Amino acid sequence: MTVRFTLNGVPVSIESSGSRRLLDVLREDLGKTGTKEGCGEGECGACSVLIDGEVVDSCLVAVGQVEGRNVLTVEGLAAPNGELSRLQQAFIEHGAAQCGICTPGMLLAAHVLLQRATQPTGDQVREALAGNLCRCTGYTKIIEAVLSCTT
Amino acid sequence: MSSTTPQPAVGRSVPRREGADKVAGRTRYTDDIAVQGAWYGKTVRSTLPKGRVRSIALDPAFDWGRVVVVTADDIPGENVVHLIRDDQPVLAPNEGEIRHREEPILLLAAPDRALLDDAAHHIRIEYETAEPVYTLDQATEVFSTIEIRKGEVPEDVEDVEAVVERTFQVGLQEQLYIEPQGAIAIPEPDGAIKVIGSLQCPYYVHRALKRALNLTDEQAIVVQAETGGGFGGKEEYPSIVAIHAALLARKAGRPVRLIYDRHEDLAATTKRHPGVIRHRTGVKKDGTLLFQDIEIVLDGGAYCTLTPVVFSRAAIHAAGAYSCPNVRIQARAAATNTPPNGAFRGFGAPQSLFAAELMVEHVAERLGMSSVDLRRKWMLRVGDTTATGQKLTESVGSELVLDAALKAASTVQPSNRPTVRRGRGLSLVFHGSGFTGSGEKKLQGTIALEALPDGTFRILTASTEIGQGTKTIFCQLAADALGVGLDQVVLAPQDTSLVPDSGPTVASRTAMIVGRLVQDAATALKQRLKREAPPLRVEKAYIQPDSVHWDETTYRGDAYPVYAWACTIVDVDVDTTTGEVHVTDLVTAVDCGKALHPVMAEGQIEGGSLQAVGWATIEEIKVKDGGYQNDRLATYLIPTALDAPRIRTILVENPYSRGPFGAKGIGELPMDGPAPAIIAAIHDATGVWLDEIPATPEKVLAALNGTRETGNGKQS
Ligand code: FES
Ligand code: FES
Repeated sequence: MTVRFTLNGVPVSIESSGSRRLLDVLREDLGKTGTKEGCGEGECGACSVLIDGEVVDSCLVAVGQVEGRNVLTVEGLAAPNGELSRLQQAFIEHGAAQCGICTPGMLLAAHVLLQRATQPTGDQVREALAGNLCRCTGYTKIIEAVLSCTT
Repeated sequence: MSSTTPQPAVGRSVPRREGADKVAGRTRYTDDIAVQGAWYGKTVRSTLPKGRVRSIALDPAFDWGRVVVVTADDIPGENVVHLIRDDQPVLAPNEGEIRHREEPILLLAAPDRALLDDAAHHIRIEYETAEPVYTLDQATEVFSTIEIRKGEVPEDVEDVEAVVERTFQVGLQEQLYIEPQGAIAIPEPDGAIKVIGSLQCPYYVHRALKRALNLTDEQAIVVQAETGGGFGGKEEYPSIVAIHAALLARKAGRPVRLIYDRHEDLAATTKRHPGVIRHRTGVKKDGTLLFQDIEIVLDGGAYCTLTPVVFSRAAIHAAGAYSCPNVRIQARAAATNTPPNGAFRGFGAPQSLFAAELMVEHVAERLGMSSVDLRRKWMLRVGDTTATGQKLTESVGSELVLDAALKAASTVQPSNRPTVRRGRGLSLVFHGSGFTGSGEKKLQGTIALEALPDGTFRILTASTEIGQGTKTIFCQLAADALGVGLDQVVLAPQDTSLVPDSGPTVASRTAMIVGRLVQDAATALKQRLKREAPPLRVEKAYIQPDSVHWDETTYRGDAYPVYAWACTIVDVDVDTTTGEVHVTDLVTAVDCGKALHPVMAEGQIEGGSLQAVGWATIEEIKVKDGGYQNDRLATYLIPTALDAPRIRTILVENPYSRGPFGAKGIGELPMDGPAPAIIAAIHDATGVWLDEIPATPEKVLAALNGTRETGNGKQS
């Protein structure tokens, strides 16, 4: 079938069986390899993307489900000219990305939080990131980076 | 070179080299690399823990036309995964022995995943079963033994005022790098094979490939892709993934991608060695330490892998960060029919330090002393000798870190929840930086540094970036030693056809040992540039200083070039109704010699500390019929942002004369301290002592209800 949706602000249309995982379509058909697979079972958050502004595990979503919707991946966080967002810059400055494999998912989860709450507390940040596992940082620097972006 | 001296880079938290790519989602990890025409590979494994392969049959009704099947008969070289001992086969041969449930038997490749899975269902393997061994008591095969002796440990303890005995147990732990294992093998002209993979040690994989595929140095090409965490889990295991992918690619005559899913990764790859550690400690009533008698037994699993080295580190650290005149450490690693255990951050030291630190607590309790005072009395200081007889001459941070952590910790406030008890625990640990004994001397890790005609410099090393900061720190060291700007230095890719063998990226050796080679090469190159013009190249290989002595047979001498030190204080909440333990705060003071990049040093310590918190509390692997029951992320839990304590790191700078700018290796140290501190904190909160980790709710409740009879607690 043909599936049409908006990816990082750009309309896309792909030919695919509707039951394929959104994760595979993003990575294999659309070249968006910033979205990672850490478990394939909805446990790690490495595959997080935003669908209509909500964080979802793209390994659990069939591509047919995103018909007509807005999908944002890590590649869509920077400005069109490539300039990194404040949050992305904060991740670099605070050392929030070590091996970096969890980083795309973390950024998206944090991005949603910062859009909803301009002054989140440390506990709210922890809550918002609880679905995204990181094995490198102990989360400390990730939380610091997110808190540094509060207005 | 510019005439103005650029701002020094060392000691500054400059942006991570590959940071912008990582946050933009541009970084290519192994599975992100598209290779034209590549097929997908799969490993077919045993389903039985011990026995023999009787026959392998391919269903004749299935169309095998678009599937490649590789068995042991297709191995052109030796059927062995090259490491320490030649016991682990690449694939179990027909009639060959099966030693664990995840033993690879054959390999498949196909153009699409559906066909691949289908093909796997059309293979029939017949076995002859044998009786497996799962427990250390039953284990008969011993991988290696070590005995360390200092002074004389009395059998008859009549003169000793107090003797405390206790047995401790530690569980399996998975590294759980978030990027699973994976490799892509690409056949090249002239019989060469290139493997791109997620790995820590390119030259380990290189040697293993050469041997199994019968390749020359040039024909085996290993390239590290950006790697999504390692923690030791990508030290030796990637050799297996790489050989398997290469065998498939060779037979298929096309590239093959072999990427593990999480389930396979959890079920089959190496774990931290579980074990049992017994202590018998003799003291005087005033706390004077008279002797330590220690026995360590580690479970190596089915094959030797790196077990002898892991457990050598366990043995050397077993007496803890203390000075004792009489020490006996007897260690043994045995084989069982579970998947092989292997390298994991800390490499045996977390296991033995867990026991050593809790012993301090038990002795202190017995004597009615504060355990902090006891540590102060016992701790190693400059001039003291360790259990191997190594005289510590410099950079001994024991007291510095103890004071710094105590100063930083705030007072404990009682919990306001009625069922929750709060407690605090402390630990003091040390960790040898670099390879054990003569490891560095034998290895002679090498790096090269080039001055290029365009005025830039290129570092060539096989040391890998696995998130810990190698790419950034090496450039900082070279830039400062050359007196040039950081942007003038680049690092060549970790590709064995380009870079020399700098040794593996393990053992807290990269920044300290290889980093020093980078610094020395840069200093030499700077001298040469005064007389000569680029292009120039300088190579540096490790040379053991004459003052270092190590006797491999007696385990006497300088076990490590230097030690890093840490004191960790944790606060825990124990829910007495559910048995849940939540570590709320963790303060750790670390003597790192010199913080080359403070933010990255803190990041290493924070990440390692949380990994240790997980090991001590929630990370549990139960073994049933030789397989892991917690073989999915839904059942093998690691700490989330909600579980993680607030972590505060205090970097204590206490320079080491032979480290780069004074730095010591600290990659593994943070894995050592939290576990015993947590158990001490649980005791502080509830009054019960656990002797075993992980401190799962089950175990905590059992201890609280007094239903657990461990045989411990009897003291002479
Ligand atoms: S890969 Fe989707 S949650 Fe882990
Ligand atoms: S940075 Fe490695 S998993 Fe988060």
